[in-house]
Amino acid sequence: MKARLAEWIVLLRPGDWLVLAGALLVCVLSALTLWRGGAPDKAVVRAGGKVFAEVGLARTQVVEVPGPLGVTRIEIEPGRARVASDPGPRQYCVRQGWLTRSGAVAICAPNQVSLSLAGGAADYDSLNY
Amino acid sequence: MTPSTIEIVPTPDDRRIARLATAAIVLTVAEAAIPLPLPGVKPGLANIVTLIVLARWGWRDAVWVALLRVFAGSLLLGQLFAPGFFLSLAGSLASLATLGLAMHLPRRWFGPVSLSVLAAFAHIGGQLVLARLWLVPHDGVFYLVPVFALAATVFGLVNGLVAARLMSGPASDKA
Repeated sequence: MKARLAEWIVLLRPGDWLVLAGALLVCVLSALTLWRGGAPDKAVVRAGGKVFAEVGLARTQVVEVPGPLGVTRIEIEPGRARVASDPGPRQYCVRQGWLTRSGAVAICAPNQVSLSLAGGAADYDSLNY
Repeated sequence: MTPSTIEIVPTPDDRRIARLATAAIVLTVAEAAIPLPLPGVKPGLANIVTLIVLARWGWRDAVWVALLRVFAGSLLLGQLFAPGFFLSLAGSLASLATLGLAMHLPRRWFGPVSLSVLAAFAHIGGQLVLARLWLVPHDGVFYLVPVFALAATVFGLVNGLVAARLMSGPASDKA
């Protein structure tokens, strides 16, 4: 088995290894750049239909948004964001958990607050999808 | 019936090209029977013939063999002038142009495997450009680039190795 493999490997010349390494590099780089789609870089928080804050997803922080029912707490972590607590009765936006993809939206309708992730290549948003 | 006044006498060159193109066409037709997961990902076994022709008889003959293969192969498979035919033609033209340049690389360092891998990448490049311009006018086609690139690397390596192996053997049986 090993001898048979060696028979093929002698056919490769030094430049061939170089070309193969370059080819594999193209594969890896193209996968990394083209399949990164959906990585968000900022969170947009809206209150009462107006943009309340645009926060980068680089560091951990908490945004407190006042609404008609009380304060909605939004947690930001590197690469993701969630609604941590909300005064609304049904807690849909809280139970959605962490949002990680660009275009993802969590809406706390009773308190008129929404959180959406933007940036990167958004394929769709979670409303239209 | 009046006898034809035009008589075409094939030269030995014509016969040789026809014989080599036949080998390439056979490989194309045989390859069409292999089930493949994704349209556009093919081993391209016929390119082994193109590589050998390029090394033994030069670029002009390689162009003849490759293009005859594209036309006659798609004619046999019922694909002539279908979208797949134009993709194949675009890919072949791109890889022939690349081979024309790459054959001037120093032979001591760059063997058939280099030529094969470079030609395979040019082939997917030509196909993708045509597909983007004409068949799928949306950047979504580029989403498949990593898959095509990996296929080009693997099949380029395999075809190049087979071509190198065939050429390293006794040359007398091919004359």
